[in-house]
Amino acid sequence: MSTAELTAPPATELKIVKDATCTFCGCVCDDMELTVEGQTITKAKNACVLGKAWFLNHHIEERPVATIEGQPATLEEGVERAARILTEATFPLTYGLSDTTCEAQRVAVAISDWIGGNVDTTTSVCHGPSGMAFQGVGEVTCSLGEIKNRADFLIFWGGNPAESHPRHFTKYSLMPKGEFLPNGRKDRTAVLIDVRKTKSAKAVDYFLQVKPRCDFELAWAMRGLAAGVEIDPAIEQSTGIKLEVLQEVVQKMKEAKFGVILFGMGLTMTRGKHLNSEAVLALARDMNKYTRFTAKPMRGHGNVTGADNVVTWQTGYPFGVNLNRGYPRFNPGEFTTSDMLARGEADAALIIASDPMSNFNQPARDHLRKIPTVVLDPKLSETAKVATVAFTTSVYGINVPGTVYRMDDVPISLRPAFDSPYPSDLEVLQKIEKRVKELIQARLQN
Amino acid sequence: MPEQFILIPGRTSRQGTALNEGKYTAEYITETNTLQICAEDMQRLGLVEGDQIRMWNEVGDVTIPCKTAPRDELPAGLLFISYGDASCRLMGGETHCSGMPDSKGIDVYLEKA
Repeated sequence: MSTAELTAPPATELKIVKDATCTFCGCVCDDMELTVEGQTITKAKNACVLGKAWFLNHHIEERPVATIEGQPATLEEGVERAARILTEATFPLTYGLSDTTCEAQRVAVAISDWIGGNVDTTTSVCHGPSGMAFQGVGEVTCSLGEIKNRADFLIFWGGNPAESHPRHFTKYSLMPKGEFLPNGRKDRTAVLIDVRKTKSAKAVDYFLQVKPRCDFELAWAMRGLAAGVEIDPAIEQSTGIKLEVLQEVVQKMKEAKFGVILFGMGLTMTRGKHLNSEAVLALARDMNKYTRFTAKPMRGHGNVTGADNVVTWQTGYPFGVNLNRGYPRFNPGEFTTSDMLARGEADAALIIASDPMSNFNQPARDHLRKIPTVVLDPKLSETAKVATVAFTTSVYGINVPGTVYRMDDVPISLRPAFDSPYPSDLEVLQKIEKRVKELIQARLQN
Repeated sequence: MPEQFILIPGRTSRQGTALNEGKYTAEYITETNTLQICAEDMQRLGLVEGDQIRMWNEVGDVTIPCKTAPRDELPAGLLFISYGDASCRLMGGETHCSGMPDSKGIDVYLEKA
């Protein structure tokens, strides 16, 4: 199917889609009211600034459904070439998956299994280190609903929700009135710990400006204070935070009825990485000696949490999984995409709903440019530009139904706004999987 | 004489909205290719808004415009840029067996271009 064969858009009709779900960020707000005129969303009631940009800028673009080496191709031709690339490779990797449905993620894992490849998601360059930390110290967790209804003490650590998750404050954490917090914001105490005094600092009661790359030391000092250990006032020199301030904050943590630490990539992307997350998770765990205390990572992409869940259902591990030996192996650093590309190991890649050419480190980008790649993306991207086979797909949540997971692991159904002439990621992946199985079968018979 | 700084790449709401309008729009390209420096460092280095700076480390080298960070947002010695091509050019491949490269808190040198 080429652009010319795509069905013409229907005559403009007005419809309202209630309780639609925004899949731009991990908040996955499911109270959108969309006004749809033909194949354009003209209003997105209840959406934040990011959600509005997400809904109002998705139009049907005139692009081929598939390209092979930059030339327009039919869907079938693209599927054939993609299946051959993936079955002929010796160390193929599947990557991305955080901006597509769980149904599509499931098929991507199956393809990785058939081809004996590697499956990894954008989690590995997001909260992958937190995933490692969960395995090290566990996760005292809760839902966003519990935070809304119960959390009277909030710590935002290494994140800037005011800009990255604009409705988190108002819908889930800081502002809403809850069952046990009838006065909303007045019933809560909030702390922000960050290296920058971001817009989020205006919303909290305590701002702790930690020195860059010193989050671990700060969390460890807070654990010590919580345990009654005497901490040297020199902690101020190493972390930038006065001991008296730390003592006051830790005391308030102990006095809270329900506390939560919501931590971002300021921890996972900085030196220390999984150890930073471990320290914060351990702090939350320790606080349960005194009160109820939890910790949750602030997740970025709309269904990155779903990717963790689906890959875990199917392999037992959340990301960085190798299936080459016929059984899953998990080893961050070895089977994570950034490493595999930077070391020049992968010899083909299936990239779904992600743009590593725009956000990976330079050595990884240099290698990705050299190997054959199959890319599924609704929009043209740097990754799609260098792809051997690029598929244009429809957009999850706007054109495609399915399931996504909110950042607190709560599954939510999607209510699409209008049809797209392009296939979904699920449809393309199912076709690739079918052809991959046929090619493998034929190889075994020969 | 170049000085050493710590670079923090991160998200901004302007980057998020521009991303949806398209990664090839002028707004997205401008947002991800403009370095924010605190007022104190701007003054000390003799920089004014829009000046080109050169920023580099052992991984890469970029020359991009700079602007003054919003008031109080950055302490002296810290730089901020929206994630994008420029920050990727300065990000190495080493992940210390975590899968995650050092994507924030990157050591860089900076001088007026």
